[in-house]
Amino acid sequence: MELVCPAGSLPALKAAVDNGADAVYFGFRDSTNARQFAGLNFNDKRAAEGIAYAHARNTRVFCAINTYPQPEGWAQWTAAVDRAAGLGVDAIILADMGLLDYAANKHPHIPRHLSVQGSATSYEALSFYKDNFDIRRAVLPRVLSLDQVRGVAKHSPVELEVFAFGSLCIMAEGRCYLSSYLTDESPNTRGACSPAKAVRWEETHQGLESRLNGVLIDRYGAGESAGYPTLCKGRFEVEGSVYHAIEEPVSLNTLDLLPELKDLGIAAVKIEGRQRSPAYIADVARTWSQALDNLDRTPGMFTVENAWRQTLSGLSEGGLTTLGAYHRKWK
Amino acid sequence: MMKLSLGPILWFWSKQTVFDFYSKAAEWPVDTIYLGEAVCARRRELKPDDWFALARDLRACGKEVVLSTQTLIESEADLRRLRRICEQDDFLVEANDQSAVQVAVRHQIPFVTGPSMNIYNVASLVVLAKQGLRGWSLPVELGKDTLQQLLEGLSASGLELPAEVFSWGFLPLAWSSRCFTARHYNLPKDNCEFRCLQHPDGLALRSRESEELFRLNGISTLSGARYDLMRELPDMARMGVGTARLSPELHGMEEVIARFDQVRRGLLPETDPLTLVEAPPCNGYWYGKPGMAQVL
Repeated sequence: MELVCPAGSLPALKAAVDNGADAVYFGFRDSTNARQFAGLNFNDKRAAEGIAYAHARNTRVFCAINTYPQPEGWAQWTAAVDRAAGLGVDAIILADMGLLDYAANKHPHIPRHLSVQGSATSYEALSFYKDNFDIRRAVLPRVLSLDQVRGVAKHSPVELEVFAFGSLCIMAEGRCYLSSYLTDESPNTRGACSPAKAVRWEETHQGLESRLNGVLIDRYGAGESAGYPTLCKGRFEVEGSVYHAIEEPVSLNTLDLLPELKDLGIAAVKIEGRQRSPAYIADVARTWSQALDNLDRTPGMFTVENAWRQTLSGLSEGGLTTLGAYHRKWK
Repeated sequence: MMKLSLGPILWFWSKQTVFDFYSKAAEWPVDTIYLGEAVCARRRELKPDDWFALARDLRACGKEVVLSTQTLIESEADLRRLRRICEQDDFLVEANDQSAVQVAVRHQIPFVTGPSMNIYNVASLVVLAKQGLRGWSLPVELGKDTLQQLLEGLSASGLELPAEVFSWGFLPLAWSSRCFTARHYNLPKDNCEFRCLQHPDGLALRSRESEELFRLNGISTLSGARYDLMRELPDMARMGVGTARLSPELHGMEEVIARFDQVRRGLLPETDPLTLVEAPPCNGYWYGKPGMAQVL
């Protein structure tokens, strides 16, 4: 299985390449990709440097252009596709039907991957994207159980990539408008969820409060560790109870599932986190690369080493990891 | 005159409640009625044949009927239900996912798309038009400026595809494999005891400062404020919007529809207070603001 790692910056890209990534993915420095963060992502010059660095070390490079252009942004998004093509990327990761159509017609020789933002959760949906835009690969949303992934994989007309590690999106990606409901930006429109510009931290007599566009997302007592106020991971009140009503702040970790994912014929595992530091990327890439090497070397004998588990726990939200939806009971 | 539609019931109501609701709806001044389960595979108070029978009855009452499909398709059983809907050829199908488009195309069934299909540009509409698209809904997070550009682009490309705008009700904002209602009751999703039946307009989720944020409804999350574009109806009509969609609620629907009907006829709506479930109003998305905002 291919290890696909995030690259939010040139140092992060190099860290991924140097630590065993088989492929890296990046986005341009604007809202054409789903990780629009201040100071993150690539201009054309940096992207060219990164691609040269990766290709010299036999690592593939994918470009994510996976937000949804509206009419006034159309020219900017198609220009991004042209730029990626001109830079010589190995695949473009797309979500929007219109943009997939554009890429398929204008640059048919560059492989198209369906982004997780394309929300394809069944082989019928995958067939739609295959028939219409000849996609080569699709990234599955993080909402399917392992049994459901098995069902999709069995009939899939394209290669599949699944999320292996990183932040856990609990909603079907590409169809979550919660962020634009509270702020004016969503993953689809601006490549941002719970955008930093809308975040406020306040120390009050009741504790440390995190707000998103004025809305109280969480309040932390003494000794509680505070996390970024991603709106679905806050504590809210439902019928008088205050709890993580939507999801706890935990990270997805599927190391335990690697043998099964391999058996299902999954082509690639993806690490989330273009917003992460080069040091984080290096640790995660090294750990997963070792795990995948072990998996290949010792078929049927794979076990998760404690050292890997510890490294990944230390890098997880709240120090906690979950199998997420892959594990049916999570639902 | 602009059409009014009654969207699919997004909540879980008992079979009798659903039948009672539609027997009244047959008399209401709505042109189009969407029927079917669009949210959760476990909601099976009505079987496909019940929905088909209801569809025929409502058509006999002069309504245009469209069969809605599940938004988040996860399993083979979900696909079987989807195929069942696409194997009939009496009614249009509302595709709420690319899976539905693919199955409809295979069965050569004309289809429309619901608000959860990501149509953000004209190129996407052109792709779907080649597949048999007959009409489309604006995604809820888009506003009038984008809609205006989409309508101009459509007209420039010579496509005639009527647009529908979600205009009243709690906005469907997200779908998950997790059931938040079951989670609230500490029940596993697979053994949820159908607790959604006890919450015919969802479970209110508030901030710890009592701000109404969302409504939990099984695997879906809706807005905590009620979207209301009644005042914008004349604007929509001028722009060429074909249909305003009203999303079913258990109480007060008849009055809401009566008011929308008056507005589309150019009459002033009655100002009688309505007996609706308590919720703040919002219209932010229409104006390009955060969805929860209310532009006065």
